[in-house]
Parts: sequence; C-alpha cells; structure tokens
Amino acid sequence: MYPTDFRYTKEHEWVKLDGDVATVGITDYAQHELGDVVYVELPAPGTKVEAGQAFGTVESVKSVSEIFSPVSGEVVEVNAALSDHPESINQDAHGAAWLARIRASNAKADLAALMDAAAYEAYIAEQQEEASA
Amino acid sequence: MSDQQIRKARSHVNQSEDLIFERSAPGKRGMALPRLDVPAVSAAEALGADLTRDDVSGFPEISEIEAVRHFTRLSTWNYAIDYGMYPLGSCTMKYNPRVNEFVARLEGIATEHPYQPAELAQGCLRILRDLERALLAITGMDAITLEPAAGAQGELTGLLVIHAHLRDRDGHPRKKVLIPDSAHGTNPASVALTGYAVENIRSDASGQVDFEELRRLVNEDVAALMLTNPNTLGVFEERIADVAQVLHERGALLYMDGANMNALAGVVRPGDLGVDVMHLNLHKTFSTPHGGGGPGAGPVAVKKILEPFLPVPAIVEEADGRLRLDTERPKSVGRVKAFGGNFGVLVRALAYILAYGPGIRQATEDAVLNANYLRAKLQDAYDLPYSTPSMHEVVFSDARQRKNGVNTIDIAKRLIDYGFHPYTTAFPLIVHGAMMIEPTESESREECDLFVDAMRSIAEEAATDPNLVKSAPRSTRVGRLDEVAAARKPILRWKPSE
Repeated sequence: MYPTDFRYTKEHEWVKLDGDVATVGITDYAQHELGDVVYVELPAPGTKVEAGQAFGTVESVKSVSEIFSPVSGEVVEVNAALSDHPESINQDAHGAAWLARIRASNAKADLAALMDAAAYEAYIAEQQEEASA
Repeated sequence: MSDQQIRKARSHVNQSEDLIFERSAPGKRGMALPRLDVPAVSAAEALGADLTRDDVSGFPEISEIEAVRHFTRLSTWNYAIDYGMYPLGSCTMKYNPRVNEFVARLEGIATEHPYQPAELAQGCLRILRDLERALLAITGMDAITLEPAAGAQGELTGLLVIHAHLRDRDGHPRKKVLIPDSAHGTNPASVALTGYAVENIRSDASGQVDFEELRRLVNEDVAALMLTNPNTLGVFEERIADVAQVLHERGALLYMDGANMNALAGVVRPGDLGVDVMHLNLHKTFSTPHGGGGPGAGPVAVKKILEPFLPVPAIVEEADGRLRLDTERPKSVGRVKAFGGNFGVLVRALAYILAYGPGIRQATEDAVLNANYLRAKLQDAYDLPYSTPSMHEVVFSDARQRKNGVNTIDIAKRLIDYGFHPYTTAFPLIVHGAMMIEPTESESREECDLFVDAMRSIAEEAATDPNLVKSAPRSTRVGRLDEVAAARKPILRWKPSE
C-alpha cells in the first residue's frame, strides 16, 4: 500500500527523492481522512519552502488542511492538473496527484528525520486506534 | 424501524416556488409611487450621464401578493429557532426574545438617522453607553468598542489593538500568535489577516491547552495566545490564570475568544482571569438575531493599557452627563465600521441584558444544565471522546456508528427527518467524526427530551438499518444534496435561459 521508496511525515505528506528533486504529495490515509477534495492551493514555482513549514492547502467538503513541506528548498514545479481535477487526489494520491516538485537544499538531513513505509503504517495504525478508542 | 418513531415532525404539503426572476413578467408591479411634490431633477444632469441609465434591466417585475407569497413559501421550506431546538454547536442558536424586537422598533430608536449630530442623538448614545457599561460589568474588563460587525471582525480588531500596543511598547509588534487546536476556526484567519504567523498548540488528554507545551512555546516572538474559553470541546480551560501568567511574564498578551460567553456570563468574569483582550458575539450570548448571515455585532473589550488603541469614535461622558463622540485618539487603530457598529443589533442586546438583569446568571446555568442533561441522556448511545465536565455544549463522536458505516453527517441528516436542525458536524477537528451539540438555555426539558428520543432512535436505526440513516433526509423537498459537486462545480448566479 505505502511505497517503500517514499518517506513520510507525521502530517501525512509523502516525499520521493530523484537526484536533488523531491516530489511531494499527501498520503492515501490523508486523502481518506479528508474526504472528497474540492480545491488545492499550491505555491508558485520559485517559492522558497522550509521543512516543516506550510506551503499550501487542501480543501475538502469538511475542512481546509495545510500541507507541510517535508524538505527545505525551492519549488520548481506544481501539479497544474489538480486545479481542474482536485478529485484525482482521492483517486491516486501516491501517483498522478503529486502536489509539487521541490529542489531540495538539504535532502539528506531532511529525509533522515522522516518515517519509512513500515514506520508510517505503524503510525497510522496508532492514529486509527486513538480515533476509535 | 420506521418513520413511525418520529413524534416531533410530519410531512405536509408545501408550495413549490420558482426563483423570483422566473416569476417576472414585463409591466407587473407591486407598488405605485405618489405624485412628485418637489421639482423634478434630471439624474443625468445632476450626476453625469456616465453614472445614470434609463433602464434597470434584469430586475424581477411582480405584483405585491406574488412577492409576499414568494418569500412566505420559501420561509416554509426553512428551519428556524421559532420551530424548535437548533442544536448547532458553537453557534449558540438561542431564542431571540420578542421584547428585543419591540424595543428596536420604538419610534426614536428605529427612526434615528446615523448622520444626526451627537447633540441630537443623546438617547441613542445613552443606549450605546449603557450597553458598554453592562458588557464591561459582565466581562470584568476596563474599556470596550461596540463597532465590529461580527465575531471575526472583533477578532481582527482585537489583534490589531495588540499589534498597535506592542509596536508602541517595544517598537515592533512581535511575530506570531499561538492558537490551541480546540480554538474557533476563525482565529487562525484573523491572525493571518493581521500579519502574524500562526503556531498551533495541542490539547492534552483532558481537552485543555497542554500547559507544559505552552510554557515551552512562549518566547519573545509570541505576541499573544488566542484562547477560546470554554473551548470548542465545551471544556473550561481551568488553568487560564496560569496561562495568563506565563504569557505576561514574557511580555505576551492573552486574547480570549468570548464566543462561548454563554457558558460564563454572570458567573465568571474573564477580566478576573488575566484576559487582556476579548470579543463577544452579541448574536450568540446576547440573543440578537443570528440567521441570514447577519448583521451581527462583535464588541471588543480590553484592559486599561490597551484602551488608547481601541477604534474611534469612542463614546465619552462629560461631567454634565452629556455624551459625545471622540475621534481624537492618536494611538487608535482607526475606524473599523461606519456609524459606531450595527446599532439595531446593539439595541436588542441591551434589551436582553436589561430584561434579565442579574438573572443572566440563571440563563448561563440553564445553558450548562441543558448541555449536561443531553450528555447524561445520550452518553450510552454515542461515544464521548472527552470525559472532562461539559459547559454549554457537548461533543460526541460517531465512533460507534462508524462501525456500521454511518457517520456524523448521516446522523445529522437523519435529524432533519425527526424535525430538528442538525448539530454541528465534523468540528472540532481534534475529534474524529465530531457531533457538537449546544441546546442553549432556551429549551424546555420537554424539547430536550424530544431531541434525546430522536438521537437515541437514530442510534438504534444506525445499528439495525444503517441504510435508512445513510439515505436521509427522506421527508424533505429534496433529498441529500451533493456537497462535493456544489464545491467543485459551483453555479454562483442565476442566468436567464436562452
């Protein structure tokens, strides 16, 4: 379910590193918790972002949630298709519905602080238990 | 299980109605203007041809009875506090007493003109001054502005006051404002509008601000903490005085979102707890009309040190008892609303306060009692995520019903079939599948019992016939609306068909 070549944040973003460019999205768990996504707000390419800082929002019928950048760097590209088709986040959160590509300035240290797939799956199991406790 | 269980409501025939634009036909009219008794003026000559036009196209043309029926028919599709309990948590949908309306319509109040000079509007200024004094007595604060037109504008005004004060005191306004995850949703937006960064603070297991976390986070960058008290879990922040002390020691201020003052008025004064700035929602706690999106009123009360920064004009009482409007306040954040605020709303709030007098304490106690009555009667049917005592509202979750695929939205929609307005769904966000219920003090035990019966019956339906709940509402003019399509592909205005 959760790709092993991704790293994951506690705020439910995923990141995949390719050279020094990090592709960022929200996890399948996050899209499921949000419900039907109706709007996505992303920064303009060229925007500087910092690891752990909010850089955009995802809006569902229920709520508006901030997206936190897993890495520090500069936004080089955002997924323009999402403005017309926000629902693709509910359909393919780990693939076609990536949010942004960021040229990471300190990728190694940033990624070291994140969870791998196994740790993330354990983390969301814990969250689900809390929610139904 | 069937709709036989529903005691409070029954379907009845009601009238269909088109949009008013679709009722229009050329030449129909609902009024006749009297003959002009002053010399005619050409608008084009007086204002300039570019500012006038001969034709007002697109306005509906209908007769008087059609206009009356149009709005009366629409009103029968609606739900209102005058039909029954409106348990929309956090919104405090209490009854709007008729005496408020009587007072607001008195000649001399209803007919005053906003441009009337202060010397000729002493009565209206006295109403505002008396309301200021009443609200200061209830909050325990030192100074107040009645100008802001809503709670969120009150928040913005209060934050601007903090910003101006810190800049005056330190030469810079600091950088960020702390907001607990149990705060009202408007707080982060107001903070961002003021130019501050938002930093969230977690709640602890009791549903209160995590005090140790707060101690760690308050530093020289923090301008203020924005605390909703009681918070959106309906829980009173017991350590609020300690919270104030931690902030004050580090030069930061305590802002209290007073939207939930319905749980405190007449019992606890925020001014005594170390609060520096707070706003009130007169359309919540003080019973002014709430529907239709306003108008509202969000007065902001402050401690003495912040008074110079409040909006202008301020109402000043001279030694001889005359009232005047003072705009000479060099440190003021300026005017935030024309004509001293929504005067008609302020009149209604004063009428409510004077009608109750000291009895406002009982209104508060009854609001808390009603919420706790519902909690006691429903906690074996619905999951209660925080067992900390409830104040004026109680937050359940849909955890038990979710096992059958029924969520908080489904239960809320089913309540419509039972003749109630839904509670607040999916908020606060820290409770998964939240069901936020606020009965207010307006409800009798009989109405509360009807609500309890409805909620218990729906819990049973969720267990035995989940599809019945998931397909609700069933008895309304239209079934469940497609909220997702409405958000993704909104149609924002009517256009004539081709």
